[in-house]
Amino acid sequence: MIDWTFKQVFKGAGFLTIALLGSIFFMLMYNAFSFFSRINPIDFFTGIQWDPDTSYSIFPLLVSTFLVAIGSMVIAVPLGILTAAFLSEVAPEKLQMILKPVIEMLAAIPSVAIGFLGIVLLGPFISKLFGIQNGLNALNGSILLAIMALPTIITISEDAINSVPNSHREASLALGANKWETLFKITIPAALPGLIAAVMLGLGRALGETMTVLMATGNAAAIPKGFLDSVRTITATIAIEMGEVPYQTTHYFALFAIAAILFLISLSINFLGEYFANRLRKFDA
Amino acid sequence: MEEIKLSARNLNLFFGNKQILKNLSIDFPKNQVTSLIGPSGCGKSTLLRSFNRMHDLSPDARIEGKLKMDEMDLYNKANSVTEIRKRIGMVFQKPNPLPKSIFENLSYALHIHNFPKAEIPGLIENALKESFLWDEVKEELKKPAVKLSGGQQQRLCIARTVVLRPEVILMDEPCSALDPISTRKIEDLILKLKKDYTIIIVTHNMQQAQRISDKVAFMYLGELIEFDSCENIFSNPKQELTKEYIGGHFG
Repeated sequence: MIDWTFKQVFKGAGFLTIALLGSIFFMLMYNAFSFFSRINPIDFFTGIQWDPDTSYSIFPLLVSTFLVAIGSMVIAVPLGILTAAFLSEVAPEKLQMILKPVIEMLAAIPSVAIGFLGIVLLGPFISKLFGIQNGLNALNGSILLAIMALPTIITISEDAINSVPNSHREASLALGANKWETLFKITIPAALPGLIAAVMLGLGRALGETMTVLMATGNAAAIPKGFLDSVRTITATIAIEMGEVPYQTTHYFALFAIAAILFLISLSINFLGEYFANRLRKFDA
Repeated sequence: MEEIKLSARNLNLFFGNKQILKNLSIDFPKNQVTSLIGPSGCGKSTLLRSFNRMHDLSPDARIEGKLKMDEMDLYNKANSVTEIRKRIGMVFQKPNPLPKSIFENLSYALHIHNFPKAEIPGLIENALKESFLWDEVKEELKKPAVKLSGGQQQRLCIARTVVLRPEVILMDEPCSALDPISTRKIEDLILKLKKDYTIIIVTHNMQQAQRISDKVAFMYLGELIEFDSCENIFSNPKQELTKEYIGGHFG
């Protein structure tokens, strides 16, 4: 009897997660389809303006989202992987003991506080540095998102580098390779599946982050010409407009449609990460 | 008089406060196979690894005494450790192919030591032939090395060492993870390689030591108890301890 009860409880917990994911997916898709029954999908993807009530095009939002997210990865990936390599391969134990908790504390800062930092500190700095009026732009958002993605990237990369068997390092060193050749030619390549997973999770975080980009990127729903233009990401658009949109209007469905697109993008990034990770794993024992 | 290739004089080695090797002196003759035998924990592997300076990696290891290859002081700061490891190769207990293809496992060290690119395929073919592996892998050099069997992996590790033309090859129980047939192949290989290389091998297998060694060193608790020709050690040991160990009374 106890056996049976516990089995059902665990089963229930497992199915609940799947049911939640399923219903979210269904809700997004259902509303997105309602949108596409009113607006031509071709206009939605190829238009150049997001201007509720007249023109619904995801294109400027999509460009904004990717500009900010990819910019943040350009900063966070090299920094994160080098930090992880430093922590696990180079740093003396004492320094590790200090650095690791500090990095984890970075993850504890609420995103709204980081957004605040972007407005009062980074924004003025950027406008001064480049001699522009407005420091709330894609570059600002990228830097902030990089800071937010760093703890994820560092922690997972470090795990990946640590889990490379010591026998690989010994083999390389015994052949007369120095510490750096071993790190860059053996250890990091061997850790690559884990590093890709780290980057994908970081990218997922950057794509989905809302509050920081809402605060720091200026919220101009136009196609940006570069990192110094203001942008508005998909997430910020939903957060700004969802509260005021009348129920079941085209605008309302439009927000679900862009959320569905974001969901599909995140999903494909996850699958892509898994695919690459699996392809590289065949060289491991 | 045989020529001495590798030697240790008054070697003391500590890990933290624990002394692993105690005032140990030994000479390894050139182009011969010397086996290091003794019960687990007696310092055989530690002695082996001190010659290619693998202890540099453990911060709490401390070494006193002189270690020499020919006339070169292995622990002199002026001698580059990478050059020493190129000249003193090592084969580990568990086959440890790099997570790369068969070809890359051999080309890696050649690239590191700046061998001319054009020569690399030829050198690799020679090393694989020398290690009795060529016929088994020549069709599939691009295959991941981990797809090979354990015995093939270990021969690949030997080939990887041999490809650099070292002067000495250190082997740390190279057959302990292998089946008897693979072991046999490695032993044949060792006997062939000694023409060109000085080989020092740690082994727990007395029959193996008898089959392949020219000289045998028996160690116990960090000290060298007896060092003599293979024949003398196994048929006429001078120390009581040696007699007991090879007779299987302890160890």
